[in-house]
Amino acid sequence: MGDTHDHADIDRHVRAAFLVFGSLLVLTGFTVAAYFLHLPTRLAITLALLIATVKGSLVAGWFMHLVSEKRIIYWMLALAAAFFVPLLLIPTFGALDAVSVR
Amino acid sequence: MEIPYTVAVRPDTGLNNGKIAIWLFLASEVMLFGSLFASYIMLRVGAETWPAGATYLNIPLATLNTVVLISSSVTMVLAWASLVKGSFGRFRVFMAITILCGLVFLVVKYFEYSAKFHHGYLPSTNTFLAIYFTLTGLHGLHVVGGMAVNAWLWGPGSAMWKVDPLHFTNRVENAGLFWHLVDLVWIFLFPVLYLL
Repeated sequence: MGDTHDHADIDRHVRAAFLVFGSLLVLTGFTVAAYFLHLPTRLAITLALLIATVKGSLVAGWFMHLVSEKRIIYWMLALAAAFFVPLLLIPTFGALDAVSVR
Repeated sequence: MEIPYTVAVRPDTGLNNGKIAIWLFLASEVMLFGSLFASYIMLRVGAETWPAGATYLNIPLATLNTVVLISSSVTMVLAWASLVKGSFGRFRVFMAITILCGLVFLVVKYFEYSAKFHHGYLPSTNTFLAIYFTLTGLHGLHVVGGMAVNAWLWGPGSAMWKVDPLHFTNRVENAGLFWHLVDLVWIFLFPVLYLL
């Protein structure tokens, strides 16, 4: 977020924070409800991670002001993501290893 | 010597130095927790069997902790917004609630850990519990660290408000960014460890 704020800006920010708060509570409810539906494992994992990603985006976007941040912050996070994503994919690469043991 | 650009915006970055520094730190935190999440995936994919989280863990308590942390993120925003609007009194109230929420989170975690130790569930029991204690223990340390910074800003650190209110407001904003990251990490830990 920029470094200068007027009161109207702050009021808008606070209203958005309450909306995000409500959304996070509802999504937490969905996460727990989905668990009690006893869905198949793959569907349960996909759904839980999808909801967590939406919740995380709300926190990063509005609580951490990323929706209105300066470009340099995005570049810093993009650099972290460039290392982070391969890190998460390493187990997948291992699982896809086609070399068989005879 | 005075530290430059603690309040004024640096012309080349468009931000004050504190903001750049905290985001660099948060990027390193993403890598730290990212490597542990990758370890979790690797362990889980490689395991012949993997217990459901509910076998060992208490879902209602974890849900309560999720609500507590989300609430503390809102009060952190309100604490910062109060300072921007010049209301130091409201800042102290909201920051106190934020710290209290952190304390509630840790107390709940203490009861969770105690129950597990009581049942003989230790990090050495199996791989699931090892990664559970590693991830939640590290996250808990972050909660403690965030609470320490917030408590300092609520108490002795708040003296800066009288001499340099803009600098103090920036410090609270940066502490808030760290606190929100702690919340964000828990948002992923909760389903991954407890519900899947």
